[in-house]
Amino acid sequence: METVLISVLNGLVYGMLLFMLASGLTLIFSMMGVLNFAHASIYMLGAYLAFTISQVLGFFPALIIAPILCGLIGAAIEVWGLRRVHHNGHIAELLFTFGLVFIIGRLVQMTWGMLPMAYRVPHVLDFPLFVLYGVNFPAYRGFMLLVSAAMLLGTWLLLKKTRVGLIIQAALTHPNMVGALGHNVPRVFTTVFAGGCLLAGLAGVIGGNYQTTEPGMADSMGPIVFVVVVFGGLGSLAGCFLASIIMGMIQTFAVVIDYSVADLLRPVGVVLTGDTLLTEVLTVPVARIGALLPFVMMVTILFFRPRGLMGTRDT
Amino acid sequence: MTSLIRRCCFAFVALSLVIMALPVMAQETIKVAYVDPLSGPFASGGDEFLKVFGYILAKVNADGGALGKKFEVVPFDDKLQPAEALIALKNITDQNIPFVMQCTGSNVGSALVDGVSKHNARNPDNRILYLNCGALATELTNEQCDFWQFRFTGNVEMRAAARIKALPKDVTKVYLLNQDYLFGQSVQHDTRKWLAKLRPDIQVVGDELMPFGKVQDFSSYIAKIKASGAQSVITGNYNRDLNLLIKAAVDNGLNVRFDTYLAHLIGGPTAIGAAGENRLSTITEFDPNVPVELHKPDAEAFTAGWRTSHDTDFSEIPFLTMFQMLAKAIDKAGSTDALKVALALEDMKATDMVGFPVQMRKEDHQLLMPYYAATFSKNVKYDAEKTGFGWKTDFIATTEDLTLPTICKMKRPAS
Repeated sequence: METVLISVLNGLVYGMLLFMLASGLTLIFSMMGVLNFAHASIYMLGAYLAFTISQVLGFFPALIIAPILCGLIGAAIEVWGLRRVHHNGHIAELLFTFGLVFIIGRLVQMTWGMLPMAYRVPHVLDFPLFVLYGVNFPAYRGFMLLVSAAMLLGTWLLLKKTRVGLIIQAALTHPNMVGALGHNVPRVFTTVFAGGCLLAGLAGVIGGNYQTTEPGMADSMGPIVFVVVVFGGLGSLAGCFLASIIMGMIQTFAVVIDYSVADLLRPVGVVLTGDTLLTEVLTVPVARIGALLPFVMMVTILFFRPRGLMGTRDT
Repeated sequence: MTSLIRRCCFAFVALSLVIMALPVMAQETIKVAYVDPLSGPFASGGDEFLKVFGYILAKVNADGGALGKKFEVVPFDDKLQPAEALIALKNITDQNIPFVMQCTGSNVGSALVDGVSKHNARNPDNRILYLNCGALATELTNEQCDFWQFRFTGNVEMRAAARIKALPKDVTKVYLLNQDYLFGQSVQHDTRKWLAKLRPDIQVVGDELMPFGKVQDFSSYIAKIKASGAQSVITGNYNRDLNLLIKAAVDNGLNVRFDTYLAHLIGGPTAIGAAGENRLSTITEFDPNVPVELHKPDAEAFTAGWRTSHDTDFSEIPFLTMFQMLAKAIDKAGSTDALKVALALEDMKATDMVGFPVQMRKEDHQLLMPYYAATFSKNVKYDAEKTGFGWKTDFIATTEDLTLPTICKMKRPAS
């Protein structure tokens, strides 16, 4: 019981962090049809910028400034980069963002070096919020939940209650129609791209000290975010939210499950023995392959429901 | 005006002389190829080692090099991929470089053992020696041992023996957590073996493999460790997988020891920081506080010299031992011929920088050397990576302690 409750909380924290990253990506992906490979790189950039700014001004100013910087960088990438290669089709755009991953990764290494940064949780938030069955729940995780909930609310209000949101929503489902109605679609694109990068930057600021700020952080976060976007479905923020939480829960819960497929079969009367490949695969405990489960789920959903959980268009 | 032109002419002539002289000077050196990840996620290690080699060579070359020539390190990037390492090896043999070093990754090391062995069988007139300075899997000097490989660092089993010997006496319950790949499994296996051998009083309350580099949140592992009642987590994890583990332990208020194998690796101290104070221990070849504790001013001056120009620490004493032994072997052989140098290296005895005896065992080409168990502490002269905490030696596993039996059956060339 106690492990369940603790895992739910930790799964929620990780899921919300994933959502912060994936929401921007899904908006960009749905609207522009571009899978922005560099999204996780912006996340990394957010963490590094936050580290540098917090050295000078403290953590809370960094929480505001770093995401804005990331948003500006995103806007610049869209205006001077993506828009230029747009004429050459989606493949060119895809390759462009793919190249950006390496450029940003290298720039970060050249600026900050290859070693992890000593980016730590601010002192005001460095205490246990409450103790649950003898295990602390750190205040910083509570703060992360708070920030991501505020961001969720903010995005929802922006998309559902404002005129800008209306146009973005329309462009999500009917991009050509919105253009035909005389809206400046390129500017909408820039706004969305910058907004997505801003969210990624924000995720970087609070994720950088929750994990470690190092040059490998983009590589470790990138694949899982794509899984979330595909699993949640194109053009659906709700699907993205659901997928993030599910992935967060799966990854934290899988660790505590010590059973394997073979244990499931035992009550049915099937007992596996011997040293065959099949036995080996089936007796691996879930905990050992937990981190791979999201990818298995992505493949499964692409088989049975190619548009994802709540998607409106095929991937 | 004319004097200006004349000066320019002189400068030009002088410059071209220097340029012409360069290749001539380059031929005077003994080249040692260095294959390691210099780009990609593991580049921090390769990059650091390359700088360390620069620092070591300055000393070795000042001490006279070998055969009156200086050593020169020629770097090649393998991206931690065996296939890339073999391409680099081809390149190295094409350039007639007689030695190749590699210090990261047992998978790459295994490919190089095989590649070098085949190359030498096919090209007896252009042989090459593989100097292993960091591929740790025990198999490389056991089942897979090869005449053309010399390992100048302790294998996993030697480290495991040191690890278990250094465990505090009051620890009775341990939890093993390792990465699910060759190295992690090797650590898991050897840790269990030596626990059974040396500390039968210790109960293993958890033994787990985790996906390598894929876990984002270790909180669930912490909950499991807490539930198991372990006093110490013995782990071969490193980099991210170790930093996040310890971070999660602190966040969740788990108060156990972390008896690791590789916490001292570059970047580890910075990422872990105060979280590791007095409860993080590691098994190392050397650390800057060893000369202080053993009162060796020369060695201390050498390591302190590194600190003045770098933010990291000098702990690569086996690299220095390797070059000193290589220089001695080349001098003894009278040439850089791979076979002659190999024969000279076999059973060679030397002392390392702090005065401990080391020996290159003939049976398996494994360097027999001491290891240090150290705890992350504030009470040290030299802190690690400017964190305010450094490695304080608790236990020295001597060369005799770590002279373990080998099952190597080496095929020797007909000389």
